[in-house]
Parts: sequence; C-alpha cells; structure tokens
Amino acid sequence: MHGERASTGAERSGMDGGTEGPAVLEDVRAAAMRPVLETPRWWWPTVGALGALVLLGIAAWVVQVADGLGVAGYNNQAFWAVYEADLVAFIGVSYGGAVVSAVLRITKATWRAPLTRIAEATALVTLPVGMLFIVPHLGSPWRIWELVWPPYWNLSSPILWDFFAVSTYLLATAVFFYLPLIPDSAVAKGWLGPERRGLRARFCRRLYQALGGRWRGSTSDRRLLHGAIGLVAVMIIPMAVSVHSVLSFAFASSSRAGYLETIFPVYFVVAALYTGIALVVLSIAACRRLYHLEAFVHPRHFVRLGFLLAAFGAAYLYLTFTEYLIDGYSGTIDNAAWVRQVLVGRYWIPFWFYFVAAGLLPLLIIALRRLRTAKGVVVASGLVVFAMWVKRLVIVIPPATEPLVRSPLAATGVLAQDWGTYHFTWVPISVTVAATAAIPLALLVLFRFVPVLPVTEMEELAEREGFEEIMQELAGPEPPASTSAALATPRGSGPRRPTSSADATSEEGAQ
Amino acid sequence: MTEPDVARMKAAWPGAARGEGNGRDMEAQKEDPARPPAEAEGQPVTFNRRGFLRGATLGGLGLAAAGALGRVFEASQAASATSTSAPAKAAHQWAMVIDLRYCNGCKLCTAACQAAHYLHEDQTWIDVFSMRNAAGESYFMPRPCMMCEDPPCVPVCPVSANFRTAEGLTLVDQSRCIGTRICMNACPYQARYFNWGAPRPAPRQPFPQEPAWPVPQVEGTVGKCVFCAAMLPSGQLPECVSHCPMGVIYLGDLESDVAVNGLGNTVKLSEFLAANDAVKFKESYGTHPRVFYIPGHGQDLDLDAENA
Repeated sequence: MHGERASTGAERSGMDGGTEGPAVLEDVRAAAMRPVLETPRWWWPTVGALGALVLLGIAAWVVQVADGLGVAGYNNQAFWAVYEADLVAFIGVSYGGAVVSAVLRITKATWRAPLTRIAEATALVTLPVGMLFIVPHLGSPWRIWELVWPPYWNLSSPILWDFFAVSTYLLATAVFFYLPLIPDSAVAKGWLGPERRGLRARFCRRLYQALGGRWRGSTSDRRLLHGAIGLVAVMIIPMAVSVHSVLSFAFASSSRAGYLETIFPVYFVVAALYTGIALVVLSIAACRRLYHLEAFVHPRHFVRLGFLLAAFGAAYLYLTFTEYLIDGYSGTIDNAAWVRQVLVGRYWIPFWFYFVAAGLLPLLIIALRRLRTAKGVVVASGLVVFAMWVKRLVIVIPPATEPLVRSPLAATGVLAQDWGTYHFTWVPISVTVAATAAIPLALLVLFRFVPVLPVTEMEELAEREGFEEIMQELAGPEPPASTSAALATPRGSGPRRPTSSADATSEEGAQ
Repeated sequence: MTEPDVARMKAAWPGAARGEGNGRDMEAQKEDPARPPAEAEGQPVTFNRRGFLRGATLGGLGLAAAGALGRVFEASQAASATSTSAPAKAAHQWAMVIDLRYCNGCKLCTAACQAAHYLHEDQTWIDVFSMRNAAGESYFMPRPCMMCEDPPCVPVCPVSANFRTAEGLTLVDQSRCIGTRICMNACPYQARYFNWGAPRPAPRQPFPQEPAWPVPQVEGTVGKCVFCAAMLPSGQLPECVSHCPMGVIYLGDLESDVAVNGLGNTVKLSEFLAANDAVKFKESYGTHPRVFYIPGHGQDLDLDAENA
C-alpha cells in the first residue's frame, strides 16, 4: 500500500554532488574492525548469559532424550507441535538475509550497503540453528545418521526433500556470506597490526590469510568477484523460495484439514520473508547500538526496511484471510471444524494474538507517520518475530490435534473423538529460548572475527557519483513530510536507473 | 491350514519388497524358510549385512530413485491402485471384516491387543469408537489398521521404515524408524501410535522382535496394529479376532476368499461382503483399505445403558 505510493517518489531527480572520500573511508574501516579489535565491557557478561541460556536448553534436551518425547508435552493426538513450529520459524527467519542482501543487490538499491554483512551473518547463523531443530523433533535422534545414509533414503518422502533443500540453501548462504568477505579479509588483515599478539589475533590473521590471502584487488579480481556475487545473489532467491515451499510440503502432503492447503508453499515463503526482514531489523538495531554504527546505519534505513516489512505483513495477512475464508466457506465438515476451532474455538487466543501483534500493529506502525521511526520499526519487528512464531503454532498444532474418526454412517458426521490437546512443558520452551539465545550469541562471536560492515563494498559504492548524497539523505534530519520523499532513492549511482526499495519488493511480493 | 501353506507363507513374509526402493531385501530371506528372517531385528550384525547389501546395490540406486519418484505420481492415480502395489503371487492377502451389527463396545479386543503387545493404555492399536448414526442411535466401531492397498504412511517416511509385505500388511521397522511422525500425519484413520516414553517391558516372547511382532515396543518410534502378523502363519487368529465375544471381527483372506471370526464362524468372504452391503472407511481418501465394515441396520442397541 505504502510501497506503491513510494515508487512514484523514485522519480525524484536532481542530485549531484562530489565525494568526500578518504576520511569517511577510514571511518568505515575503523568501525568495521572495532568489534574485532576491542573488547567492550559488556561483551563477556552478555556472552556468558546467552551461553547459559543455550546450556539450559541443551540440558532440557538431554532430559527429553532420557525420558522420551512425552516430557515435551506431545501425545498421540498432538504428534507435532512446538519443535515443528520452531523448525519452520527459525529456518524462516534466515530468509531475511537473502532478501535484504540479494534482492536489494540485484535491484541496485545502494542504500543497502551498510546492512548486507549483518543481514547475511544473521542468515548464516539462524539457518543452522533452525536445522538443529530436527534433532529435538525426532523421536529417536540417535538414529539421525539414517537421514544421510543413502541406502535408507525414501525419495518420495517430503522430509527428505526438506533435508536436501535446506542443506543446499545452507551451502549457498555460506558462499554468499563468504564471497564479499574475500576482499574484506585483505583489508582486515592490514588493520590487525603485527603488534597484536594474543591467540585470537593470531587466529584472525590466519583466518584472513585463508579467506582473502590471494586477493590482489586487481580489476580482473574485482570483475570475477562481482560476477560470482551476482550469480549467487540470483541463485539464492529461487533457492530460498524452494526451501520454504518444500518445508510446507511436509505439512501439505497429508489429508488433514488445515494441512492439505495448496496455498501453503506461498504462505510459508511470504511468512519467511516477513519474519526474516523483522529479524534483520532487530539484528541491525542491536549491532548499530552495540558497535556504534550510527554514522553508517541511519533511522532512514529502518524506515525503508519497515516498508518492506509492511508489504510482506500485508501479503501474509491477505494469504491468511484467503486460507480461512475458503476453507470455512467450502463448509466441508473437517475444514469448517478446523477453521471454527482456530477462529472462535480452542485456538482463538493465539490466532487473534497473531492478528493483532503481527497482522495489524506492524501495518499501523508503518502507516502512521508519527510511529514510523527507527524505534517504531524495531518495535514492529519484535512483535512480528514473536507473534509469527505463535502463528506457526497455530498452523502446526490445530490440524495435528484434529479428530479424524467420525461416524461414516451418519450424514451429520458425528464425531467419535474429541480434539486432542498439546500441553506446553518447560522442555520445549527451554529449547526454544536456547535457540533464540544462540542467534545473538553466534553473531557476537562471529563479529569478533569478521568485519561488521562490508568495507570493500561500501568503499566501491562511495567511489561512485552520488553515493554521498544517498548517505547524507539517509543521515538527514527526521523523515520529511511526504512519504515519497522519504523513500526516494536519488539518481546518480551510475548509468542505471535506480530502483526504489519499495518498488523492488512490491514486485517481489507480487510474484 | 496345511503345512505347505504355512511354509509358503513363512517364505513370503515379512519382507517382500514392493520393488521401489523402500521395501526390504529379498536376499536376506533366502536362508531359512522355517524361521522368520532375523534380518528385520535390527541387531548390529544384521545391520552390517543389510548395510553391505544396500551398499552393494548403490549402483542401482538411481533406478530405485526414479521408481520412488514415480511412486508419487502413481499415488495420484488412485483408480489404478487396486492391488498394483502388492505382488499378486503371495499365498494370502489378509483382510478384515468388522460386523458392526454385533459390536457391543466391550473393548475386549483393545484389551487383548494391548495385553499381547505390551502396550500402554493410550496405544489403542485397535480402538473402539462410540458412534451415533444420523438417527441419533448409538453403535460402536472398532478401528484397527486399515492395511490400505495404497497406504499414505509408506511413501512419506524419509528412511523407508514403513513397508508393505507381499501379503498386503503394512508394517513398521522399529529398528529403523527415527520418529519424524510424518506417517502419523499421513494416516487418515489415526491408527498410528508413538512411543512417547519407555515402552511397557515385556517378558520373553514366542517370536523374535521384528516388524511382524513388535514386542516390546521401541521408545521414540511409531507402532501400529500389525494384524498379529507373526501369529498368522501358524494358523492363529489375531488377538482382537479371537477375543471378541460377539464374533464381530473376522480375519479374511482375499486370495482364498474366506473369512473366519473368533466364534469359529467361517464365511465366503466375497459373498458375505456383498450380501451385507459392506463399506470401507473413508473410501474417498483413495487408500483402498482392506478392512471392511458391515454397517448396522439402524437398530438402537441402547448399549450405553446395558454397559452401565
């Protein structure tokens, strides 16, 4: 809605200016390397606290292995619940990295530059965490090796498709993270002076040598790198779409009302984009505060990501609406019963919580100019991440607790069974909290070794005409009165016609 | 049952791959026809052999993969599914007839099944549901595994732990099941039950622990009604059949067209089904169950009062 209005603003013209390069560049390098070089006072306490949460989750899982899945609240009429929702939610949030980085890269949205490393790193750490949920999900995790044992493979199983798709996506995410790091490693090595001794400094030097040791910065080097990044950026988008589609097949390829939905693949992809952008907003906000990136990441960045968030939030709300409308309207006994349970029955609280917290509020926050600030977008993102996890529970649990045996002889379809009930216990909650804590923990550790800003990319963009203007506009005072002005991406980044972010993503969402 | 019959059945059971890469190894069954193959026990020794056999056939995996993918499309053509899935050469094609007219809801079948297989109370492999028909009259409906001809639970398992024997029985290899529970999602009859904790301990059994006699159950795996597959070759009826005081449940064989219940009544299967308007449960799901229900004739047995 707002994206459409904004796209007209992209035609705003008349921006020429020079570059004031070197000083800014020094700042970029210093800011990017600060987390590597300095250990702030909050670092160890934070890492310790997050690590303790992770250990608690692992302990809960050990209890579950010892006592069986029953301690996680499962039963025969609630055979899938929290872990399956976690699997979907955590793999889903990893999509944000792909969007912010790959989509904005392909659409030449230059303002993305300071955000890409953080976005890609977030994707890189959330995806393995999401994949790990397969371990507590399994009843016999000690046999997990069977999934990688080809003689046992049953290629007609959607779970195996999941496994292949997610593994491939993990590889692509790692490559996508690694490629822009090659020139940065060469830069970082220079910043890690020989006077620094210590174990970590030596390890970092080795790391940078291994990652970017052969980078010379020549024209052919650059051309090769840009080609590779462009290729992976193009490849990673359909790959991410396929991952979340296939993830939905595991649910949709059944005969249960509420799972058997042809809308599921699209639904899951849009949900992944929605939560993925929200998580990227949160991690960018945290990095900005903790690593003092205020000079590079501006409130305007959050507002632009907020428009992306709103676009996907609206799309998801629409898909939810169509799903329930059609299933409820068709009126077949199973579908109608399921829709009724979700909307007004035993699952009404989590559903309407989603509707308010991740359906209406984010849209409202982005729509109202007074709330459309960096803080507002961060609050909206927090709501989205949590409420969409709740929505995943609403997707997973009701059909799993559905009673399937009803009288075959009665025209009215009298039930012989009641709905099942999933009982929350401390075990899956601890495991979920641990996984949540693992993401900032992994990011904190990762940025002890890796520059937090894509130095080379920012420097290259800074050499281009007009980049300074873009950054200045981002850094400017509070967003101007008109929405379109706030969103405009000025011309000047080369001969290409710049595409506004909202323009690009509304197209993306429409497909 | 004659002796040669028994021997033939033992040879055919429980392996009998469906020829699509998710069945069992036929080779392993050649060794001793008098004894159910140890291949399914999942002991380390047998695993090695199976692993080796599988490894040796890796070359043919591509072919198997193509077959398995083809299975996805085959499943959509439900109309053609009638007994394409099981090889026709087996000596028996097991089926069940449940005569709802006489079921009084005593649940002795459930109790006998749980006692024989050492199941927990919530593991009702054969469950008896209290139903009401359109006229509001009560009747009871026992629900074992439907032993579908096109079982939705089999193709969804990522590690091929579900398989269908040549005699038409869908079984679970609990030494392989990793507990994804996607088969519980796939089954439209809610006939699958998970071992959420430690299974009930069982004393030494007359049969080895294997898919046809999964006793004791294995923690973290899925279990379900097996038609007491290990007892059939020696001519014993399944526990639920022999323990039904009303003679409701019949074990049938589509091959010899005979069905027999626990009271010793023997009927000609096809005629019995036709004469009594037998139906299958959820036929529209395309699963082609091999459990036939003979509906009640609308009489109100008022069994709630009788049981009280």
